Amino acid sequence: MRNRSALILTTVLTTGALTLTACGSRDKDKDSSDNGGDKTTVTIGFDAPLTGDLSALGIGMRNSAELAVKTANKENTVDGVEFKLQPLDDQAQPSVGGTNAQKFISNKDVIGVIGPLNSSVSQSMQKPLNDADLTQVSPANTGTELTQGDGWKKGDRKRQFETFFRTATTDQVQGQFAAQYLFQKAKIKKVYLIDDQKTYGAGLAASFKDTFTDLGGKIVGTDHVNPEDRDFKSVASKVKGTGAQAVYYGGEYPAAAPLSQQLKESGADIPLMGGDGMKSEEFPKLNKKAEGDLATSVGKPVEELPSAKKFITEYNKNYKENMEAYGGGTYDATWAIIEAVKIAVSENDGKLPDDAREKVLASMSKVKFDGVTGSVSFDEYGDTTNTMMTAYEIKNNKWESKFSEAYKPR
Amino acid sequence: MNELPQQLANGLILGAMYGLIAIGYTMVYGIVQLINFAHGEIFMVGGFGALTVFLWLPDGFSLLTAIPLMIIGGIIVSVAVGTAAERFAYRPLRGAPRLAPLITAIGLSILLQQAVWKWYPEAKKDRTFPQFSGDPVHIFGADIQRGDFFLILAAPLCMLALAYYVNKTRTGRGMQATAQDPDTAKLMGINTDRIIVMAFAIGAAFAAIAAVGYGLHNGQVGFKMGFIMGLKAFTAAVLGGIGNIYGAMLGGIVLGVAEALATGYMADVPGMEQFGGGAWKDVWAFALLILVLLLRPQGLLGERVADRA
Repeated sequence: MRNRSALILTTVLTTGALTLTACGSRDKDKDSSDNGGDKTTVTIGFDAPLTGDLSALGIGMRNSAELAVKTANKENTVDGVEFKLQPLDDQAQPSVGGTNAQKFISNKDVIGVIGPLNSSVSQSMQKPLNDADLTQVSPANTGTELTQGDGWKKGDRKRQFETFFRTATTDQVQGQFAAQYLFQKAKIKKVYLIDDQKTYGAGLAASFKDTFTDLGGKIVGTDHVNPEDRDFKSVASKVKGTGAQAVYYGGEYPAAAPLSQQLKESGADIPLMGGDGMKSEEFPKLNKKAEGDLATSVGKPVEELPSAKKFITEYNKNYKENMEAYGGGTYDATWAIIEAVKIAVSENDGKLPDDAREKVLASMSKVKFDGVTGSVSFDEYGDTTNTMMTAYEIKNNKWESKFSEAYKPR
Repeated sequence: MNELPQQLANGLILGAMYGLIAIGYTMVYGIVQLINFAHGEIFMVGGFGALTVFLWLPDGFSLLTAIPLMIIGGIIVSVAVGTAAERFAYRPLRGAPRLAPLITAIGLSILLQQAVWKWYPEAKKDRTFPQFSGDPVHIFGADIQRGDFFLILAAPLCMLALAYYVNKTRTGRGMQATAQDPDTAKLMGINTDRIIVMAFAIGAAFAAIAAVGYGLHNGQVGFKMGFIMGLKAFTAAVLGGIGNIYGAMLGGIVLGVAEALATGYMADVPGMEQFGGGAWKDVWAFALLILVLLLRPQGLLGERVADRA
């Protein structure tokens, strides 16, 4: 009995494996002939954590990418091309991200990849995708070194991968903008600096620190916290004695919310400022004393952009999950690939070129459109040229935009 | 301004929380020599149980009157999960090699986390927990939040009740007997299965009370909160001498105060500027643990309950 079931299992597995291998080699022919002749199917890969504690962000991203693909198909944005999304879950783990990259590469229909959420995952995907000439657009990776290399702090900028683009602004821009806002607009001269030691948080804090001291501000103390902690009373008690007028926190809202609340409870009645990782609607919900806290985020406030309005209405009509912080950026990232396909097709007499991956990649530098987060195009490093930044403040338990500026990095 | 009283108060409150959770580790270990690594998750489900009760209550219900109900809700959930774990995961493995229940405990812990993540409404991110409003109370140079009085009161009350229970009641003495020698205890007519269930249940109930304290203290509960708190509480139990209920509470408080002082002052020690602050507090807590274990391998108070020759 046991032998027989083992046999059946083996057979099923072998058949499955064979089918999969077969698929890889003849997908292209099959799709172009089966789809009624006049439509070519083009797949856009998508990678983000769809399970685990970052899944709220990842699912918001997936929905937004899907919405972009649906919209392109409905509006027939690229004549003769039907777009399809292939979403994969990376569980926020670099190793899984690397495997997913291989899956995208081996699927010949995939001409571009959206994602991932985490910079660490991106690092394991960039190289294989680059070797396969597969365009990657991340809506969420903010680590400056991903595009400009480790030498960017010393001004030695070098493009890392020809295939890597992003619609997210770098930590560098965001930290600088925050420092300038705090020093010049909010007239705060003494800041206590805290970060969560992750790539994102530490990057933000470092960039903030440089600019703030350059401007003449004083960092009265620094500390690092564990992003899994929820008790920051000891740190808060320490901040109180330093005479800081504000705290800048490099990190995300789950730890920022209790940190801010405990800071104020400890008697230091000063605002906490952070980056886009803090600008979540969850922040004021988890923080009873959020009033007056500040955050920066990329792009103009969505209410001020007509293109964003349409996206928000469509999104809320189609999905029940919140779009979270990166919804708009993901829509724009997906749309950037769709635009690149459009350029590649129009340059090839209305047909998808045979070397579609190379052509789409070559078209990325020509992409320029008005997206959800503002005008979308990419510079020589693959970074977004959209440096529109907005500072927000909590008013009546809601983020309210205070100040927008097209920020020029220093 | 002198922040020492404040840091001591911070540490004491945190320590009370660790101590309450540590009771669960220590009692179960004292009686069946099992490190129940799923205990952190039992603490976590207690927090969600209490939150559920609060959400059921009508709007405008005062938090003070809600707290007893929330404690009861938390205890019911924690005890149910804790005893079910004992019955269905650990009891079948009694007599199996030590590693088997240990791995089971780790598996159970992941299972419980994922179950809450999956099925509790909106638990994929941290959920807001009700908190007392109002200004902190100023005592002995420290500002104490109103919600923290819960832990300050609950921890000693629970300890008194537990001490009475273990020393004065029949089941409590049965518990001591089982801890000393389960086989002989059985021969003397003690229902050891029941005693073991009781140990799990008491540990779970204390964890639930700690979870209410955690919620009031931090204003949120999340499906991941059990991991780090469980680890710290386990450390506290070992620090105080695993198997000893008083040791668990003492270990918790020592650990909490050590963490607060490390955060507040380590950077001021000459030559230690690099090693201070919030990120290093866990390192110092564990350094303390190693130090205690080197000097006193049985922990601060030794193994009194599980005193076996």
